[in-house]
Amino acid sequence: MVDFGFGLVPSSRINLDLFDKEKYEELAAMEPDVRVCMACGSCTAVCTAGRLVQTSLREAIEDLKNARPEKALEMLGACQLCGKCSMVCPRGINTRHLILSITKVYSAG
Amino acid sequence: MKNNILIIGGGPAGLEASAQLQRMGYNVILIEKSPRLGGHLAKWDRLFPDGVPADDVLGGLIKELNGVKYFTDTDIRAINRLEKSYNVRLTNGITVLSDAVLVASGFDLFDAVRKEEYGYGIYDRVITNADLEAWFKTGSDKRIDNPRKIGFVHCVGSRDEKSGCRSCSKVCCATAVKQAIEVKQAFPEAEVFCFYMDLRLFGRHYEDLYLKAQKEYGIRFIRGRVAEVSENIDGTLVVKAEDTVASKPLKATLDLLVLMSGMRPSASGKAVGDLLEMTVEEDGYFAVRSGIAAGQRSPLPGLFLAGAATGPKTLPETLADARAAAVEIDRYLTEIFPDARNYKQLVRERW
Ligand SMILES: Cc1cc2nc3c(=O)[nH]c(=O)nc-3n(C[C@H](O)[C@H](O)[C@H](O)COP(=O)(O)OP(=O)(O)OC[C@H]3O[C@@H](n4cnc5c(N)ncnc54)[C@H](O)[C@@H]3O)c2cc1C
Ligand code: SF4
Ligand code: SF4
Ligand code: SF4
Repeated sequence: MVDFGFGLVPSSRINLDLFDKEKYEELAAMEPDVRVCMACGSCTAVCTAGRLVQTSLREAIEDLKNARPEKALEMLGACQLCGKCSMVCPRGINTRHLILSITKVYSAG
Repeated sequence: MKNNILIIGGGPAGLEASAQLQRMGYNVILIEKSPRLGGHLAKWDRLFPDGVPADDVLGGLIKELNGVKYFTDTDIRAINRLEKSYNVRLTNGITVLSDAVLVASGFDLFDAVRKEEYGYGIYDRVITNADLEAWFKTGSDKRIDNPRKIGFVHCVGSRDEKSGCRSCSKVCCATAVKQAIEVKQAFPEAEVFCFYMDLRLFGRHYEDLYLKAQKEYGIRFIRGRVAEVSENIDGTLVVKAEDTVASKPLKATLDLLVLMSGMRPSASGKAVGDLLEMTVEEDGYFAVRSGIAAGQRSPLPGLFLAGAATGPKTLPETLADARAAAVEIDRYLTEIFPDARNYKQLVRERW
């Protein structure tokens, strides 16, 4: 291939048209609480893994809704399932359970 | 003596104050410039936060009028303050000598055409909150044709100095959440997005409404102001915003966009204000005598204010304000007005 001296960078813009509604509904059926996150960031603030490797449940949930599931999994890759985030979530989300379900639904192809 | 009290504006504030003052034994004259009573309440279908039909609430207010004299299709032609009372000439030819006047002229909805980048009146599938209420009431609007993706734009003409309004209109976050739920009820298959900067759901039960919208209706809340809308050849709309939670620009293709037009001061209220040289604040709404302690007294003795004429209010706030105005008017007419000898001094001390 000819080298033009530059490469194409994939768009980093969020495109909601790419949102996979079916998959998200599959997750929401198992884990209805995914809908009620209000992006407060408490989970991320206290995350034990987050100090070392970027880890954020808030961002993962956001990424799923923004049609970026691979980023969501990346955000949870270092999670130790310690459960600290569930202690602070003001919406009372069972965060560990949610993290497990996200991984299950979105890693399977 | 039964004092005459003129009430300008037959919306919720004017109706409630009329009923209260009539019950206290005053001679109330209520005028409404449009052909029917009810103000904006007559245009709404169901009300936040509980979804009660607006017609039921309005019917209740009108029933309470209990014989109040009212004129529709009537505005003020001339008004001037005499020594104590107000001499008012109405557009229907009647002249009233009124001992107290209540301005309950309400608000106007922001004209969304002025926010050109959103394309209201240019693109086919851009409507306003008021259009959607009308559709809920009548079921007819060619622009609403089984939409699959629906967006709500918060803060249209509010919190926007470029369109002449710095302040928050207070009611449109709750209206957006309410309407988002209602369109989802009408089109269960649709995806619904609310584009907000802050969600201002301050009132009792409002946060419950927000939770319900997320939990039961799966409505997606995206933090970021819609910056630009364009139309595809097939009539769908492309909306651009920044998701400021994700710190990324975002685009979405939608079938229907609903603009949350905010509240602006009433133009016909302002016309009355001009006749009396009433003080308005920088936001365009009438000034009250003392912001916190006397929210229903204007700087002019005997001239009172209630409802959205002094800034955005929800319906319960409007009604409470109207009842407070009735109490203030009664106090003025019993304690200050009748004392011919000391009137000026009493006004100085107690107005
Ligand atoms: C889109 C939207 C939805 C809303 N939904 C809700 C809801 O669900 N629940 C809720 O609690 N609140 C709601 N509100 C708020 C509610 O509409 C207001 O609180 C209420 O209408 C204020 O009543 P008002 O009498 O002060 O003013 P208005 O309703 O504006 O009435 C004023 C009246 O005065 C008349 N008038 C003005 N000038 C003159 C004049 N010179 N001479 C004679 N008559 C005059 C006008 O014609 C009008 O009839 C909503 C508001 C908006 C914008
Ligand atoms: S459970 Fe995972 S995401 Fe939550 S605080 Fe622990 S490591 Fe962080
Ligand atoms: S703490 Fe709970 S509500 Fe807050 S961002 Fe995390 S999951 Fe969402
Ligand atoms: S109530 Fe909400 S939508 Fe309305 S102006 Fe205020 S912040 Fe914006």
